[in-house]
Amino acid sequence: MALSDQELKEIAYLARISVKEESLPSLKKELEDILDLFKQLDEANTSEVNAMSHPLDLSQPTRKDEVTEEDLRDELLKNAPSVKSGLFLVPKVIDGEN
Amino acid sequence: MDLHKLSLSKQLEGLKKGDFTSTELTSHYLNRISELDGQLNSFITVTEDQALSQAKAADERYKKNNNFSLDGLPIAHKDIFCTKGVLTTCGSKMLSNFEAPYSSTVYDKLDKKGMVMLGKTNMDEFAMGSSNETSYFGPVKNPWNIEYVPGGSSGGSASCVSAELAPIATATDTGGSIRQPASLCGLTGIKPTYGRVSRYGMIAFASSLDQGGVIAKSAEDAALILEAMSGHDPKDSTSLKLDQPDLTNNLNNPIKGMKIGLPKEFFEKEMAPYVLKSIEEAIEVYKSLGAEIVEISLGNINLSLPIYYIIAPAECSANLSRYDGVRYGYRCEDPKDIEDLFMRTREEGFGAEVKRRILIGTYALSAGYYDAFYLKAQKCRQLVANDFSEAFKSVDVILSPTTPGTSFKSGEKTNDPVEMYLQDIFTIPANLAGLPGLSIPCGEHNGLPLGMQLVGSSLEESKLLQFAHSFQSNTDWHMKMPNI
Repeated sequence: MALSDQELKEIAYLARISVKEESLPSLKKELEDILDLFKQLDEANTSEVNAMSHPLDLSQPTRKDEVTEEDLRDELLKNAPSVKSGLFLVPKVIDGEN
Repeated sequence: MDLHKLSLSKQLEGLKKGDFTSTELTSHYLNRISELDGQLNSFITVTEDQALSQAKAADERYKKNNNFSLDGLPIAHKDIFCTKGVLTTCGSKMLSNFEAPYSSTVYDKLDKKGMVMLGKTNMDEFAMGSSNETSYFGPVKNPWNIEYVPGGSSGGSASCVSAELAPIATATDTGGSIRQPASLCGLTGIKPTYGRVSRYGMIAFASSLDQGGVIAKSAEDAALILEAMSGHDPKDSTSLKLDQPDLTNNLNNPIKGMKIGLPKEFFEKEMAPYVLKSIEEAIEVYKSLGAEIVEISLGNINLSLPIYYIIAPAECSANLSRYDGVRYGYRCEDPKDIEDLFMRTREEGFGAEVKRRILIGTYALSAGYYDAFYLKAQKCRQLVANDFSEAFKSVDVILSPTTPGTSFKSGEKTNDPVEMYLQDIFTIPANLAGLPGLSIPCGEHNGLPLGMQLVGSSLEESKLLQFAHSFQSNTDWHMKMPNI
């Protein structure tokens, strides 16, 4: 199955992974080889079959709406790359005047 | 005394009788790790201080006669299981600085029974790989021959148990990541039924396929620890509402009169003559023990590989979207805006195989392809599951090779992803259907071990272990250990 450069770039953008221009050809070839595997499914007759989304045929369990988690805020923030005043810090998200 | 030559149950007996202390046993393994792991790279983190303090606490409890059920027995944990306050990397640069703020249920259950953690084992990045060459922390070597791979993704767990740097290790299996390395390192590895072992705190790859288990030196050792890891966990919504199963009581029961199915589709494949020979010899052993051999058909089994490589990447692309450089883990230098932060963090933080799978999964789930790929794969998955249900109406277990051959040389398959994926051709179907499967050693070729796989009906781990133990009680393949 052939992928265009444009398609590959769009997929990479959807996945939020930047791809260097020079690695496009080899990546494209690897992905095409994998996509070629998928063609084997065309021969399977699935007209009478329901999709199996999960090995267990269970409904989503519910529980009482009670707080069971401990407050781990400080410990969780310890792993964050950038923190200010107990909040995660990221580059400016909303455009506009300061 | 060569403490590492004792089985887990003998070690437990020795601890109870006071023949040796947990501190002695733990130090023995820590010494072996520092002496031998330099050439294997099977550990990412060795938790020496914590291990010795856990061992000391176990010894105190033995002195006071109020010990726990597995008190003082050492274990290594795959670095996919969160362990509070200890580095938990999943083999990735993305989590190379991540100290888990809480522990996985698997760790907690074993900790509460007194098990001592020796360290965290190396693995393919985010459990994606079949050779343990995709780890950010470097490749793991096979103790049988360090030019060869240990298999993956639980390559560190297999390598360290095979070299007897730990008596047993936890592992996880999404498409064969317990059974394939167990096969390539001459060990016993079991993946239980989906939902048996809690996935809470087990870093997610493909949530409808991932399942925790163990890699051990025998079915007896595996049964002891898998039993302790299993059971319902309210923190995991896919955990089965069943009590901890009894996996040890049934081990010695005879398999006489029970039926082993051989799927003709597997045996029609081109198979190396030495693989076929080992499998045929194993079948003869089972026949001599009174088992009946039945040819069965799993008509859609050959669809398993493409199904898996749609479903697993699709689920992985969703699960791994959490690594965004904001809340934890790696972040790129000087992001110019939020988009740049996401794009470069993920480009730099993930390795090549992980990125490939995220891209494939994103493609399979994208508008215009969802029906053709993802939905089609889910329907085919049902066909595979139906084949198994039908087969288990007439047989107790299904036997096949675990892998297409013995281990391969490092670097041999790294440039061809599809060739690497073929490693899991025999193991993937059990994950698709959520069934328990195990691998036990049954032969060797050119000094490298080879395993056979047994797959059971849902929740029949006990029967699988019974088959494995009866084989191991009549053969000595599992007793062979590498010279390292």
